[in-house]
Amino acid sequence: MIWNQHIETMDREEMRTLQGERLQNMVERIYNNVPFYRHKLQDQGIEPGDITSIDHLHHLPFTTKQDLRDNYPFSLFAVPQDQVVRLHASSGTTGKPTVVGYTQRDIETWSEVVARSLTMAGVTRSDIIQVAYGYGLFTGGLGLHYGAEHLGASVIPISGGNTQKQLQLMQDFGSTVIACTPSYAAFLGEAIRHEQIDPRQIKLKAGIFGAEPWTEEMRQEIQELLGIKAFDIYGLSEIIGPGVSMECPAQQGMHIFEDHFIPEIINPDTGEILPYGQLGELVFTPVSKEALPLLRYRTRDLTRLHAEPCDCGRTLVRMEKCVGRSDDMLIIRGVNVFPSQVESVLLEMNETTPHYQLIVNREHNLDTLEIQVEVHDQFFSDEIADLEALQQRILHNIQSTLGISARVKLVEPRSIERSAGKAQRVIDNRNL
Amino acid sequence: MMIKQLSVFLENKTGRLTDITGILAEHNINISAFSIADSADFGILRMITSDNHTAERMLREQGIAVQTTDVVCLIVPHAPGGLHKPLQLLSSHNIQIDYMYAYATGTHAIVAIRTPTPQDTLTLLKEHNYQFLEE
Repeated sequence: MIWNQHIETMDREEMRTLQGERLQNMVERIYNNVPFYRHKLQDQGIEPGDITSIDHLHHLPFTTKQDLRDNYPFSLFAVPQDQVVRLHASSGTTGKPTVVGYTQRDIETWSEVVARSLTMAGVTRSDIIQVAYGYGLFTGGLGLHYGAEHLGASVIPISGGNTQKQLQLMQDFGSTVIACTPSYAAFLGEAIRHEQIDPRQIKLKAGIFGAEPWTEEMRQEIQELLGIKAFDIYGLSEIIGPGVSMECPAQQGMHIFEDHFIPEIINPDTGEILPYGQLGELVFTPVSKEALPLLRYRTRDLTRLHAEPCDCGRTLVRMEKCVGRSDDMLIIRGVNVFPSQVESVLLEMNETTPHYQLIVNREHNLDTLEIQVEVHDQFFSDEIADLEALQQRILHNIQSTLGISARVKLVEPRSIERSAGKAQRVIDNRNL
Repeated sequence: MMIKQLSVFLENKTGRLTDITGILAEHNINISAFSIADSADFGILRMITSDNHTAERMLREQGIAVQTTDVVCLIVPHAPGGLHKPLQLLSSHNIQIDYMYAYATGTHAIVAIRTPTPQDTLTLLKEHNYQFLEE
């Protein structure tokens, strides 16, 4: 089933024309309403009238996460405050989060792409969807929520966590679809097995999983544990949230909703555009976004694009599962973590040398984060209680900055391996 | 006389203690007394050596976290009540003990005592004619 037959099966040339029109309109809007972009375009000698087709996209400058930070909180918004109906934010590296805004029409666009995504996974208005993504500043919960309502399904806005309640409502309400992070899905599956719940009590048929990287092996495991078909959804708050692209039943990549989000793949070092099929950094231009229309936003996600027709009948370009990042960002339990956040916490505490290492593991399908911190003979106390208090203080500060729990381990000086004199900040054992 | 005790931070890993004793042996430094305090992840090795100054320098050179702490090293008779009397004295003067450890040889025992006020502790014990280990 296809939610928007017209768009999702559009002839590719027709799509390029539509994208060109929308791009032209977007450039005009940001030129007139966002001083940051007006100056950037003027510096490059670009006038809004110069951009008349999608072929001109590559003339336009990139936008980075740093640009969002520099313009914190609202300076990149292209509409007056009274048109902004929603704000979301993700945790920041230096205490300042990345803020994104939505107009009423942006919320409608978002609901539309999530409705398309859910339909791709076979969800209809007869379904009961349990939204176990976090609700709040994170876009996962509310994004899925509005899209599912727009589709007409029954939404259980349970948010993340509280596994007992999840399992109870799943049985009592007869949830047919679950949306959450893949690791939480596997965790729920294990809980069902562990509590010996009769599989006939579980009515789930499909799962919509995203916000963190996962493997084919994990997909198999989740499908077996929950007796469902598991679908991959992709998105990032800077572009809109979940629903930028979505996997169809052919499961040969995720279809990008290109009428709203124009994708490009670039060489992350040179910015040069790469052809379909080549691995590079994914860049999006959300052409119909009103509140926060970003020009060529660099996602830092590494992947490939494919334009061949899909078995499902859609003509939309597909992106492969992301194979990594062109920066050092980690996704731990669906939360974005930069090693520099840990560094800034340690520096602020002023007691430890900033030699540290993040060790990420996946135990029983849940990500664990251990932060090893080297003690220094200048600060270390010869009393166990003092050291334990220090450990607690680091733990507390790190948890409040990252927003996820971690384990802090004090280690001996120089015990963290350095390669070529530089400490290796991250050891990720998850094999993603 | 105050003694500079060496405190070394150690992870709970096989072979770590041997690394420390190896460095000391190599530099011909004798360990007079030591104790280990530990938590789940790490331990603190506290010791008094024949040459604390050199020992500290050598350990630090090897990248080991080491610190010196003032402790009072009291000499008491190796006989019943030998430890009780000085402890009673400290207790009656409200001097708290953070930690202590001891070893006995022949007729005497040496007790290393760490209190929040090492100088006052030393003065008090001196007033009562106790003997101390000299560095």
